[in-house]
Amino acid sequence: MIRGSRMANALPPLMLFVAAIGAWELYVDLGGVDPVLLPAPHEVATAAWSEAGVLWHNTLVTVKEVALGLLLAVAAGFALAIAVHLWRPVRRSVYPLAVGSQALPFVVLAPVLAFWLGFGILPKLVVIGLICFFPVTVTTVDGLNAVDPDRVKLLRTFDASRWQAFRFGELPAALPAALSGARIALVVAWISAFIAETSSPTVGPYAGLGRQIMTDLSIVDPAGAAAATAVLFFCSIAFFHLLSIAERRIAGWAQPRQGESR
Amino acid sequence: MRPQAAGARQSESVGNRTARTDGGEREGVIVSGVSRHFTDRRGNAVQALHEVSLRAAPHEVLTVVGPSGCGKTTLLELICGLQSPDAGAVEAAPAALMAQRDLLLPWRSALDNAVLPLQIAGLPRKQARAQALPLFRELGLEGFENARPSELSGGMRQRVAFLRTLLAGKPVLCLDEPFGALDAITRMQMQSWLAAALARQPRTVVLVTHDVEEAVLLGDRVAVMSPRPGRVVQELTIEMPRPRRRGEREIANLREQALRALGAEDPQ
Repeated sequence: MIRGSRMANALPPLMLFVAAIGAWELYVDLGGVDPVLLPAPHEVATAAWSEAGVLWHNTLVTVKEVALGLLLAVAAGFALAIAVHLWRPVRRSVYPLAVGSQALPFVVLAPVLAFWLGFGILPKLVVIGLICFFPVTVTTVDGLNAVDPDRVKLLRTFDASRWQAFRFGELPAALPAALSGARIALVVAWISAFIAETSSPTVGPYAGLGRQIMTDLSIVDPAGAAAATAVLFFCSIAFFHLLSIAERRIAGWAQPRQGESR
Repeated sequence: MRPQAAGARQSESVGNRTARTDGGEREGVIVSGVSRHFTDRRGNAVQALHEVSLRAAPHEVLTVVGPSGCGKTTLLELICGLQSPDAGAVEAAPAALMAQRDLLLPWRSALDNAVLPLQIAGLPRKQARAQALPLFRELGLEGFENARPSELSGGMRQRVAFLRTLLAGKPVLCLDEPFGALDAITRMQMQSWLAAALARQPRTVVLVTHDVEEAVLLGDRVAVMSPRPGRVVQELTIEMPRPRRRGEREIANLREQALRALGAEDPQ
């Protein structure tokens, strides 16, 4: 990776972002839109500046939830995929239920999770984990199923045990698919953190960005809510970027090299 | 029926391949009256092999030549125990298969691909790499130890796959068109390299090819197979000393014999 090319990659989204903000500002200023309905970008920026301390602490809370929840989701999703792949009873019994679990509005679980796990971060991690494990499971299962059967055959001629065939042949081959699942999970994680925060009872001064958004809206401070939303927006981009770097490390072989066309 | 784990993992036998008769049937291959069908995508039964009988004595190089689709690959998979015959019997010492596709693992470096069978046998990666390195260099792969398969040429990939097959340490090598994907020059180099390697470290080899000249150049015996359903229509014993050169008159004669058995006349 050359530094210059990285800058070049950042330029188009940056330009689009600036253009969108500009259009939004003009629309609110010149269109006579009620700022309670839609605050102008400069109002959002002012709110962010004046509430920087609160925003910062709530960001830390939410980032921690997302990072840990995602870790939990990826670990659980990956483990479930391996179990589904290796053991037929699991495939037949657990997989359909996992599909069904995604239809549950997790808000209904909040009281019972709080009863079991208290008012700390744990029940929120469970909600994020339950929402985010699924894409990891699905892509990993597909990745494991898509392994070239000739490769497994080859390993068999080297007297590989079932475990060795899995370890040397199937698992590495499925890693890129698992990482794609993790990327989807990551994108969903922020909205699931919002769901977790706003549905779980919490103690303590800072309850995360999702809570802050709901509070700001209830006290008719749309600029504050928009500032918290903007932080979510940028956090998501930053995490996605971090994951891409990790992907290059873990499964760089599966990615087109610099200079090759995609 | 396959004998249970006959032959040691690592056959370190070094000796003169023509004089060697000990080791008995354990390291050879006997295919007797084998038939095998498979089901194609539309559900039709296709007879791949029909009552095929073949023998490769220990440390003999048997080349099997035939047109595409004569069941050569099926034959090798039967010998390697990846398939079972519908009828007949396969007796073979443990065999390693080098498939037509190199099947290198894209996430492993060239050297790590080659040492895969050693690692599966329980050798730590570092030791396995150290053991394979001399052969790796001998195959002209020096400097590419840590290259990914995607960075190698077709010929190099084939050589890595070949080394991997050797390192499986099985007494029998089943080679399915091992040099099919190579350009003419690399192919000739690899053929002489294989002949030299087998002279130094004899193995029982069943080599399948559609190249009649290659079959004659490399084989102690050549089995000529008919189109599907595959049957052995002729066996040629080649008693020429090695190294053999492709220009030699006897090679040309044998080549013509084999081509006649295939039902094709040499156009020259």
